[in-house]
Amino acid sequence: MASITIEHLDKVYSNGHVAARDLNLAIRHGELLVLVGPSGSGKSTVLRLIAGLERPTSGRILIDDEDVTGVPPERRDLAMVFQSYALYPHKSVRENLAFGLRVRRIEAAEIRDRVQQAAATLGIEPLLDRKPAQLSGGQRQRVALGRALVREPRAFLLDEPLSNLDPLLRADTRAELALLHRRLGATMVHVTHDQEEAMTLGARVAVMRDGQLEQVGTPLEIFRRPANVFVATFLGSPAMNVWRCSCAQTGAGTRVAYRGLAVDLEGTRNLFDQDEVLVGVRPHDIGLVPPGDADAVGRVEVVEPLGATTLLHVRIDGMAGRAARIVVPADGAVAIDDEVAIRIRRDRVYLFDERTGMAVTPP
Amino acid sequence: MRNEARLGWALTLPALAAIAMVAVFPIFWTAWESLHFHDLRMPWLGRPFVGMANYVEAVSSERFWGAMAHTAVFTAATVTLELAGGLVLALIVDRFSRGRDLVRTAVLLPWAIPTVVVALVWRFLFESPAGIVNGVLLRLGMSPPTWFADATAVWVPLILADVWKMTPFVAVLLLAGLQNIDRSLYEAARIDGAGWGRQLTDITLPLLRPALLVAFIFRSLDAFRVFDVIYVMTGGGPGTATEPIALLTFSSLLQNLRFGFGAALSVIVFVVSFIFAAACIRVLGRDALMERVP
Amino acid sequence: MKVRRMLGALGVATVLAPLLFPLYWMVMSSFTQEARLFAAPALVPDALVLDHYRALFGGRDFWTPIRNSLIVAGATTGLSVGLGALCAYALARLQFRGKTVMLAFVLAVSMFPQISIVSPLYLLLRELRMINTYPGLVLPYLTFAMPLTIWLLVGFFRQLPAELEEAAAMDGAGRLRSLREIVLPLAWPGLATTAILTFLYCWNEFLFALSFTLGPERYTVPVAIALFRGQYQVPWGQILAAAVVATAPVAAIVLVAQRRIVAGLTAGAVKG
Repeated sequence: MASITIEHLDKVYSNGHVAARDLNLAIRHGELLVLVGPSGSGKSTVLRLIAGLERPTSGRILIDDEDVTGVPPERRDLAMVFQSYALYPHKSVRENLAFGLRVRRIEAAEIRDRVQQAAATLGIEPLLDRKPAQLSGGQRQRVALGRALVREPRAFLLDEPLSNLDPLLRADTRAELALLHRRLGATMVHVTHDQEEAMTLGARVAVMRDGQLEQVGTPLEIFRRPANVFVATFLGSPAMNVWRCSCAQTGAGTRVAYRGLAVDLEGTRNLFDQDEVLVGVRPHDIGLVPPGDADAVGRVEVVEPLGATTLLHVRIDGMAGRAARIVVPADGAVAIDDEVAIRIRRDRVYLFDERTGMAVTPP
Repeated sequence: MRNEARLGWALTLPALAAIAMVAVFPIFWTAWESLHFHDLRMPWLGRPFVGMANYVEAVSSERFWGAMAHTAVFTAATVTLELAGGLVLALIVDRFSRGRDLVRTAVLLPWAIPTVVVALVWRFLFESPAGIVNGVLLRLGMSPPTWFADATAVWVPLILADVWKMTPFVAVLLLAGLQNIDRSLYEAARIDGAGWGRQLTDITLPLLRPALLVAFIFRSLDAFRVFDVIYVMTGGGPGTATEPIALLTFSSLLQNLRFGFGAALSVIVFVVSFIFAAACIRVLGRDALMERVP
Repeated sequence: MKVRRMLGALGVATVLAPLLFPLYWMVMSSFTQEARLFAAPALVPDALVLDHYRALFGGRDFWTPIRNSLIVAGATTGLSVGLGALCAYALARLQFRGKTVMLAFVLAVSMFPQISIVSPLYLLLRELRMINTYPGLVLPYLTFAMPLTIWLLVGFFRQLPAELEEAAAMDGAGRLRSLREIVLPLAWPGLATTAILTFLYCWNEFLFALSFTLGPERYTVPVAIALFRGQYQVPWGQILAAAVVATAPVAAIVLVAQRRIVAGLTAGAVKG
């Protein structure tokens, strides 16, 4: 299993579009790294650059510390699972799996064994003699995975492999992928736009936006200490509430306030009087309390039962724009038009610079 | 990706070189030739440079302008009829999907048949005094003209022959365009209360515009270059009454062996085609050509 | 609803009748006695004769033009599809400068009026002593066959998902192997269609064949038929029989491959 390193990678297309901007990333060997970001963030481009399907405008790509920037994809010994699976339509499943091995002139007997094993691992043995057109979406995805598995490559590159599956299948396959990774100890780069996938699958997560790496870290790190407001709102569902508040230094600490909301925080938080600051609070970190203890009051606009929890959209007094999102346990009997009082967990308040969006570190 | 440029040029060069050799080089040669006097019947006169003399002769000859007029008439008539007929045919075939294969075959046959055969068959149909057409017309109490001896009437079988051959082809092109129109657009229109006619003018025709333009350009260019059908059916006659510009050029070249003069005619044909094509591509360029190239 | 279907069938019949009638008449007349051709034409003939066909193959040796057409059309198709496929693949798949210019060039050449290049080609062929030879026809035929095949094949290659070749590259296959095992098998329908259309165009071609052949031993089918005239009286019976013979292979191809042909015409945006 190999390590993959990207150094100062730039990719600019002839029409001027910048897909990657001075990217630096080190993927450890045996690690499952998830590259996540919205559409157009450049994550698929990075994958294709690693694969060798596209050439960088500048920068280097190293596999096991060997510079492969000029090496064509067929010689990088990587395997890729495409979003559309890209199965050879005129070949049977068996031939699809065997193709890469035949090209490398592996002995027929070994090819047969490896194909059999991969098929067994993925549960596609009965499909071996069928053609891709005769398979369902989920089956095709497994064949695509199998094609990569069989090759025993230095690393796996997965381009949104779960995106085309329906939700139930997606969850199941996600778990299988995690298991597979553990069993193989393989280096995997997994690209997705689904933040839930990123959080659950990756040993480490790299968040991208507009061709730049916003933050790299473990899911927990990124969740608990987002580097900027984009990362904070991108990860976590339902998304974080963000309010633009004014702040004032009181004797005891800092008060951030906006319309009907007022929160007292300890310390100066590196903020000055009259600064404006972006305050972020996750829906799970807000609770319903008796009016006396409240940071704000409001009226319930929408109630969304989510099963074990309920998502409330609360219109805080005086606030325009989006309603506040609050997650409460399902047994709370709250209804539309109810007046509620909310309180925010003090240790889960995130502050971001209102100009740059960067996190304001506590003193 | 990798260094594709070299591979790209290697793969394309043989084909492009072949094309350049047999198509492009001759065009330049023709242009050069048109500035010389070159009569193969009088080789002892050599090949002196005469500047624009051939062009002047062409432009001052009645026969030349006659040929241009014939070509224009033929083009206007056939293109109009073929586009209209092709549209109607395509609309009908689109509506009634039964026996698609049979209809498609029937529609493709006229196009696939050699033009020579088409010209001969239609000559046979209209031959006087006793071709089938005359037979039917007489029985209906009319007195048909001697088609191929009458300088005006002769256009009827000529135009009909070309229309018969090419309308189905236009229909095939338009049919593809028709089938690309999302059916749900018509359904939405019907719910909005639009009748059949409205749907035609507001949905079908606008969305068919690219296909119509492509058909128009290609049919016009082909009609302008017409040779086969007229040569075989009338030989340009009676006299030179139906002679198109391509036939006049051919006669000058390979019958009168006047290569310099013929070259000048060739260049004129080429330039007119080119200007027309360029103008159309400019108009057509953005919308249809971009859509068309998959 | 039944009325609608009947109207539909009637509509289609009305449309098909004029399309097919001349062909029907041609075939029927080719089996009718010469004397009766103009005497009393009947929709359904009472007596069918093979006279014309016998004269055609016996007296006139119609086999020669058929052979000539087959050779010329076959050779041109083979050459242009072979060269054109490589060129089209490069144009459709590879990234390199000048691609758009090349495509525009190919399109422009296809719009050349044939008559405009007859004279230089004639002089060139005369220099090379290729008048009235097979290569002397195949070479000029490339002027329309090559742009045609390139244009059609670019269309077909573009329809193949690029990801398949990328997957093959990831699997370790070089360009050549990828071409052989992935691209060509999948492009085969497109190649077949292109070959068919090219063959049809060559079979039907008239102007170049007329200009670059001198005698019956090298005439192609269209030329041979067109030059039947100029005998004492026009032998309509034989002409029609020859027409039927010239049409038969074309009709057979259309019958068998009509779906492919339509796919080719529309996918490649062909000009008549």
